[in-house]
Amino acid sequence: MAIRNVSLWRSVDWFTIILYLVLVACGWLSICGASYDFGDTNFFSFASNPGKQLVWAGCAIVIGLVLLNIEKKYYEMIAYPLYLAFVLLLAATIFIAPDIKGSHSWLVLGPIRIQPAEFSKFATALALARLLSTYGFSMTKRSDVVKMIAIVVVPMLLIVLQNETGSALVYLSFFLVLYREGMTGSLLAVGVCAVIYFVIGVGQSENMFQNMPVNVGQFVVFLLIPLFTALMTGVYSKRMKRAWGIMLVNLVGTLAAYLFSHFVIPFDICIVQLALCVCTSLYLLFLYLRERYASYLLIALFALGSIGFYFSCNMLIGKLQPHQRMRIEVLLGLKDDPAGVGYNINQSKIAIGSGGLWGKGFLNGTQTKLNYVPEQHTDFIFCTIGEEQGFLGCTFILILYALFIIRIIFLAERQGSNKFTRVYGYSLASILTFHLFINVGMVIGLAPVIGIPLPFFSYGGSSLWGFTILLAILLRLDAERESRF
Amino acid sequence: MNNDYRFENRKFVVVGIVVGIVLLFIARLFYLQIMNDEYKKHADSNAFLNKTVYPSRGIMYDRNGKLLVSNQPAYDVLVCMRNMKDLDTLSLCESLGITREFFEKRIKDIKNKKLNPGYSFYTDQLFMGQLRTEDFAKFQEQLYKFNGFSIRRRTVRQYEYSVGGALFGDLGEVSKKEMEADDYYVRGDYIGKQGIESYYEKQLRGEKGTEVLLRDAYGRIKGRYMDGAMDVAPVPGKNLTLSLDIELQLLAERLLQNKIGSVVAIEPETGEVLCMASSPSFDPQILVGRQRGDNHRLLSKDKQKPLLNRAIMGTYPPGSTFKTAQALTFLQEGAIEPETSFPCSHGFRYKGLHVGCHAHGSPLPLVPALATSCNSYFCWGLYRMIGSSRFASSQEALTRWKDHMVAMGFGYRLGIDLPGEARGFIPNSAFYDKWYGGRWNGLTIISISIGQGEVTLTPLQIANLGATIANRGKYIAPHVVKEVQGEELDSLYRFPKYTMVDKEHYETVVKGMREAVLSGTCRAANLPGIEVCGKTGTAQNRGKDHSAFMGFAPMDNPKIAVAVYVENGGFGAVYGVPIGALIMEKYLTGTLSEASEQKANDIQQRVIYYGNQER
Repeated sequence: MAIRNVSLWRSVDWFTIILYLVLVACGWLSICGASYDFGDTNFFSFASNPGKQLVWAGCAIVIGLVLLNIEKKYYEMIAYPLYLAFVLLLAATIFIAPDIKGSHSWLVLGPIRIQPAEFSKFATALALARLLSTYGFSMTKRSDVVKMIAIVVVPMLLIVLQNETGSALVYLSFFLVLYREGMTGSLLAVGVCAVIYFVIGVGQSENMFQNMPVNVGQFVVFLLIPLFTALMTGVYSKRMKRAWGIMLVNLVGTLAAYLFSHFVIPFDICIVQLALCVCTSLYLLFLYLRERYASYLLIALFALGSIGFYFSCNMLIGKLQPHQRMRIEVLLGLKDDPAGVGYNINQSKIAIGSGGLWGKGFLNGTQTKLNYVPEQHTDFIFCTIGEEQGFLGCTFILILYALFIIRIIFLAERQGSNKFTRVYGYSLASILTFHLFINVGMVIGLAPVIGIPLPFFSYGGSSLWGFTILLAILLRLDAERESRF
Repeated sequence: MNNDYRFENRKFVVVGIVVGIVLLFIARLFYLQIMNDEYKKHADSNAFLNKTVYPSRGIMYDRNGKLLVSNQPAYDVLVCMRNMKDLDTLSLCESLGITREFFEKRIKDIKNKKLNPGYSFYTDQLFMGQLRTEDFAKFQEQLYKFNGFSIRRRTVRQYEYSVGGALFGDLGEVSKKEMEADDYYVRGDYIGKQGIESYYEKQLRGEKGTEVLLRDAYGRIKGRYMDGAMDVAPVPGKNLTLSLDIELQLLAERLLQNKIGSVVAIEPETGEVLCMASSPSFDPQILVGRQRGDNHRLLSKDKQKPLLNRAIMGTYPPGSTFKTAQALTFLQEGAIEPETSFPCSHGFRYKGLHVGCHAHGSPLPLVPALATSCNSYFCWGLYRMIGSSRFASSQEALTRWKDHMVAMGFGYRLGIDLPGEARGFIPNSAFYDKWYGGRWNGLTIISISIGQGEVTLTPLQIANLGATIANRGKYIAPHVVKEVQGEELDSLYRFPKYTMVDKEHYETVVKGMREAVLSGTCRAANLPGIEVCGKTGTAQNRGKDHSAFMGFAPMDNPKIAVAVYVENGGFGAVYGVPIGALIMEKYLTGTLSEASEQKANDIQQRVIYYGNQER
């Protein structure tokens, strides 16, 4: 035992641990700033948020130390049973959790409230790592792919059923892991296109051209579809003439329709665009049938799928829950009401903007204290940093985060052929990236308002423990890397 | 496993995504925090402060246009802890006329989140509330010296007459429950707590306005936003014209002094309440301003319950005043004819049952029976009706009886525009079935025929009975507000309700009531030149009898119906009749004759001792 401990302390990655401790310390100070209300607030009293957070952090370190001492083989062993247990727990939570602000995601055990969704991430990461490191696993085998996708999607759906869509979206970050492990890159490209269609198509859906019955969002999306299609044709078929041809025909057709609508009879030129898109797809299908080159088929499907996606987005937005729809609409600038949902973003932008270069100084923020910013110690904690520490403080924290994530990627990459640890490490890096992107993006008005915490910063035990567990396991897996060589 | 290495370069894509996101964020922060001044300015002027501007509360007049309740300016002193710096405590205390200990205790209480749940270091807190102009002038002069202190204009009620405490009601700080029930209110607002103030709260309060002010990062007011273009002016509350005649109210309260009881007068034609006195009463002015809390505590601890409006909340056995309603019912149901006579040998004697009565001629037909208030007559009447072959059972007969009572406005709330009205009690057959296990008949329940037993009414219901008889069979629900500025009254107060008794029977009963004044129990109510109709009531109860009177005048085209109820006042003729007569005289002639004035003084002086019991 003693020998192993010595080697553990020598082989564990201290750089990551120090970054972790610095992040948690900065987080705690931010919570102090956000909770500070009056001169005699006691940060160490268990009655105050900072006091409680200190206790959560202490517990987190104990949990981390315990997990560091469990050998890798046990993690590999329990990966599937643990995953199964968490899936069952998530399912049970839907039914036994009380209704807290419309979500059924909190298990209440006396005075303690725990959110199983925060902990199921590491179980999912372990299960995914286990599956991908199984001997003979291949991204090209259909059964393997199905298993792989199922591992990610099952907990995600269960969390959606808990009405915690924000936490469920985090599972999308696993696709970045799958990309690193060899999932085709075009899927990632399709994903990016989908986001663009969504943001423009839905975001501009209420704007019309001035002198004709044309929806701006629809017009732009139907212009982008042939452009993307042409681009893909160029990249995959290497026949640039065809790519140019597709682009030209679409542009000229659209222009002609526009001029006709403008000067002769105003009509919805999107009909022409739609027809052009369909013709383009048919042309690609014809090319596929003639040359039997599969890429044409896929590109044609991409073009048709894009059209379908656009229409279903418009349909779906009507079926979302009101608060989710509002949040999406506000992000896209659809409903700009300072007193409504947009109020949060507006106030948080004012708070951050008022920080300036140097910030107002620790505990001196006024925007976050005069109760302008809601949820200031949980989801909107970055506001406090922005206001009190200014641009320099924010940049410091962001760089710290980037270093931390890149260090984790580095740990994952130095595993050599040890795929289990690498997949697990990438999972952690991806989850952190997603949280950072959505949370900070939301606060500074770049991402939709989705209520997910900023790891190590947002107040709350579940989130802090969840990420500490994720990290502690990685550190242990990484510490054992030499033994495999 | 070799193909693993094929994708190794993808790590750069992942790292690139991370670095890209962070760079994007830094760029965005650079724009928000350094490039763009707009957000900074926004925060420098620290958004807007929506300052509430309170509307003036509606004013109340009496039916003759005399001012009853108005508003006086009052001032709240507010303090913001964050800005309380370099304070000259001594001069602050001096200007407000408070001690240093009071100041320190107040600051401590404000900071105590248990006592002051809305406390924040950054926002204005109430330091002292509702200062009158005279207490406040010195403080206002020196306000500039006291950093963090500010004033808020409020109004408080001002009463012109020191009567009608329980009727007018009072204003108090809104409770948590009331805030939850109505979004209009925020902590620290005032709301009508009782009486008219409470019932007409929505009309009286008006609409709050807002002043949009700009505030800097330190919470200091920097002026008005867009020169007040976004301000919303407050809408003043609606004025009320009460149906009350304040002179009559003053007289009624004066006559009830040193006694417990109430006087209600109604204009029969309209259902307007002319006076509604409840004794003991209190001066509404004592529940205004800073001393409200202490005084309210004293009033609520008083064993004689001055906060209770006995006219609508007290339920009493109506005694003989109820005989009029019985006569009407028996006539309508054919149990008696006006000519029907019943014997009375010092009371009702049948099958061993005896209900006592005083000495008078026997046998008597209905009109003299009403005039002399013969118990026996109405016992026979009820016995006949309950046992009548028209009805299949006693139950059915009593149900019919109950329907008559309800149609006359008994047993349910009349719907007066005041909170807390009591229903009184009219028993039905289900009640007696339960009470007597189904074995009961007319004899078992005989005492309800003379307004005793289980029956209870409020003084308002007794007065309404008078109004119904005066109207010969119809009434408009009594109400104390004659007119709400710019609003139509509820239809309840505009359209009459009809009883189930024909007009001819009312004429018979009116004759009986007139006879009571001319030759019967109400002779003291015989006013010169006015045809008064009346009925005494002497209600037995645990202690001394209650003294009651119900009447109206003049007989034809009546202008006023009155009910008087004096607890433990003895015979109806002792207090009930003279008080009722004085009220009618005052209202109908506009003044009291010298003799009447003398009588009024005499009644005012008379004290009834109630002992130290809880009432």
